[in-house]
Amino acid sequence: MGKPLLQLRDITKRFPGVVANDRVSLELYPGEVLALLGENGAGKSTLVSILYGLYRPDEGEILVEGSPVRIASPVDALRYGIGLVPQHPVLVDRHTVAENLALGLGSALFPSRRILPLIERIAGAYGLQVDPKAYVHQLSPGEKQRVEIVRALLRGAKALILDEPTSVLTPQEAQALFRVMRELRAAGKSIIFISHKLEEVLSIADRCVVLRRGRVVGNLPREEASKTRLAELMVGRQVSFERRRQTPDPGPVLLKVEGLTARSERGLLALRGVGFELRSGEVLGIAGIAGNGQSELVEVLAGLRLPQGGRVLLEGKPLPSDPARLFALGVAHIPEDRIRMGSVPSMSVAENLALRNFDQPPLARGVLLDPKAMSAQAEERVRAYAIATPSVHTPARLLSGGNLQKVILARELSTKARLILAVHPTYGLDIGAAEQVHEALLQQTRLGAAVVLVSEDLEELLSLSDRIGVMHRGELLGPYGAMEVSREQIGLLMTGGAA
Amino acid sequence: MRLEPLPNPSPLRSVGVTLLALGLAFALVGGVFWAYGLSPLEAYRTMLEGTLLDPRGWQEVLRRTIPLLLIGAGLSLAFRTQFYNIGAEGQLLLGAVLAAGVALFLPLPPALSLPAMALAAALGGALWCGLAAWLKNRFYVNEILTTLMLNYVAQSLVIYLINGPWRGKDVRGYIYSDRFAEYQQLPVLLGSNVHWPTLALGIALALLLQLLLFRSTLGFRLRVVGENPGAARYLGISQSRAFLVVALITGGAAGLAGFGEIAGIHHRLIEPTQLSSGYGFTAIIVAWLARGNPALVLLTAPLMGLILAGGDVLKVSFNLPFRIVDVFSGVMLFALIGSELFLRYRLRHR
Repeated sequence: MGKPLLQLRDITKRFPGVVANDRVSLELYPGEVLALLGENGAGKSTLVSILYGLYRPDEGEILVEGSPVRIASPVDALRYGIGLVPQHPVLVDRHTVAENLALGLGSALFPSRRILPLIERIAGAYGLQVDPKAYVHQLSPGEKQRVEIVRALLRGAKALILDEPTSVLTPQEAQALFRVMRELRAAGKSIIFISHKLEEVLSIADRCVVLRRGRVVGNLPREEASKTRLAELMVGRQVSFERRRQTPDPGPVLLKVEGLTARSERGLLALRGVGFELRSGEVLGIAGIAGNGQSELVEVLAGLRLPQGGRVLLEGKPLPSDPARLFALGVAHIPEDRIRMGSVPSMSVAENLALRNFDQPPLARGVLLDPKAMSAQAEERVRAYAIATPSVHTPARLLSGGNLQKVILARELSTKARLILAVHPTYGLDIGAAEQVHEALLQQTRLGAAVVLVSEDLEELLSLSDRIGVMHRGELLGPYGAMEVSREQIGLLMTGGAA
Repeated sequence: MRLEPLPNPSPLRSVGVTLLALGLAFALVGGVFWAYGLSPLEAYRTMLEGTLLDPRGWQEVLRRTIPLLLIGAGLSLAFRTQFYNIGAEGQLLLGAVLAAGVALFLPLPPALSLPAMALAAALGGALWCGLAAWLKNRFYVNEILTTLMLNYVAQSLVIYLINGPWRGKDVRGYIYSDRFAEYQQLPVLLGSNVHWPTLALGIALALLLQLLLFRSTLGFRLRVVGENPGAARYLGISQSRAFLVVALITGGAAGLAGFGEIAGIHHRLIEPTQLSSGYGFTAIIVAWLARGNPALVLLTAPLMGLILAGGDVLKVSFNLPFRIVDVFSGVMLFALIGSELFLRYRLRHR
């Protein structure tokens, strides 16, 4: 294999009360894809931050091509040939894609115009669809991530860190990305690939390093790795991948959507005649590439967006377009963005748990709040959903993603929900937390609730849904019975191919 | 050196950072004194002796505190809701105009006159600020610009009134309105200019707004809107309504401050610069220092009152220009806003 490109030796990083990285050592060789696995909080992000110069390790050293280096900033990291594709895009919203990509890349005059051919070449070569002239704020999360991938490629890094790059891609797109990664690998570049999706890891990685609680608990070549083995290492116990769900006897029709049309934020037609029926006790999965109308569909159902045409009937009555009244009718909404929408990070856990009912008794007496009642409710919900928090008065922003999601679930599902709109409910969560979220949703269906589950994780859709519809360019294809449709067929429908 | 984010900064940190920022501001202004050929220590000693160690000085501090208290309490609520009202000065003037209008032209029984003036003043300030909220909600016009611009409209309005239709009959060469009747003047602490009913009103308002913010359903809504507009939309909490409510409260409070100034001190409508001496702007610092807690204005308003009164002392003792007070305010605001960074981050070497 030759000499390693990058070596970490006994990297230790402590934060108050926690050792995020505990004597982590690993090597990255030229022309290899190294998968970095681990649950949330296992120390992957910290390690990435250290490699990219965002954090300084407390102990240990980093060697690039055999010589020790000090990576004090992302600029240093890039100089040593380490590029990062972040999980959450870091782009200037009001600039175009080309302008964003031109940042920090050279010429003083018309930088974005000069960079156009370069962008198109790279985007074309690796099959990454981006419109260089589009404004970033118009892009879906998936498109933004593609821009980030192009940016890292543009910088010509020797070692590329991909932080969950496939979380917003279809299986086909992910395959295309893997082709890119294989080409890069063939060209002698190295890739650190971070993912929760074990299948992807197994299909692309040469070697897998598993972190648990800040330590390296496994370092296996591809040949020795298997899905169950990796999952065991990550979680520290056995994990089942069986389809858990038995499709129940369908109840009465709860939600009826007919010919629904709606416009997006940009004024374009985002829903073109969407129609479906949902029975109580049923889970309808909605697949699709980000930006094909899923967000708009959920926003209409959640009362956040006025439809242009069509009808939405909840138990035969038209849906009001006020989120508060909808919630009172039993429509719970687990939004896509937990931090910007689903919670108020600066407010306490107790207040976040009370966001839906703070103005109703017993939390409110007239116009006055009762802090004791609010704390009591919070204690109860924290217990019921096993939310790990130092106290109910802790600001919500200090919770991990999984616990914040549990706060949202606890709040949305505690009053009897009849229709649950769940958007990417397990995005970014580790296996353990995702299982709990799934169980909480399924529990509600047993009590008669219907679920609209929007997800980009096909595993999740296939294991939870009774029927699956695919959103493509504002139209809903299907829904198809979950047992009658395969992963590959859904993938094809997502990209506009025939099933 | 680099900045490192703090996951959970303690409340004590915010106190410490604020005190450090204030200390830095005092040091910087000390440099200005020094440039004037004054020993900074001597200057600060004189300021303190002329204010806190002198009974007349105390009264001056209190007199300056009253409008800052009223306006600052309202502004801290507005800033918390992310409604950036920079127009308290104009709202104060509008309050003064309406109070004067009631005093001069509305024949009321004497017992009702003062309450009616106060009510009219609150209404005037509220509407002046409400206008900016309406523009923001209806046309997405930035409230920082509208409230700031409305200051100048309000100033011009006062100047027009006292030069024209409301100009007093017995003023000779001066420009101001007629003097209010005895029963239209606020009672003051013996031999001073401290109109205590307004002071009491200010204290009550600061406490009331604190209660509103943290113990009422309306306050809960305001905090959600202020801290996460996305969540407010998701929950069906109306952002526009929150802005309007906050604008009416903060504008009304500023209007009341205007009432206090003319009914308690000047007893007539006078030129805008004499009427207020920039309380509406100084109160921005008062509110910023309180970091979104209306009750903390009870501490920060007297502090700024002290600095304003101290500026007067400096003017008299050392012949410094009174504008040294503006330098003070500016440097303080600068240090405070600059210090915000250190609430969430700490500086690490290497």
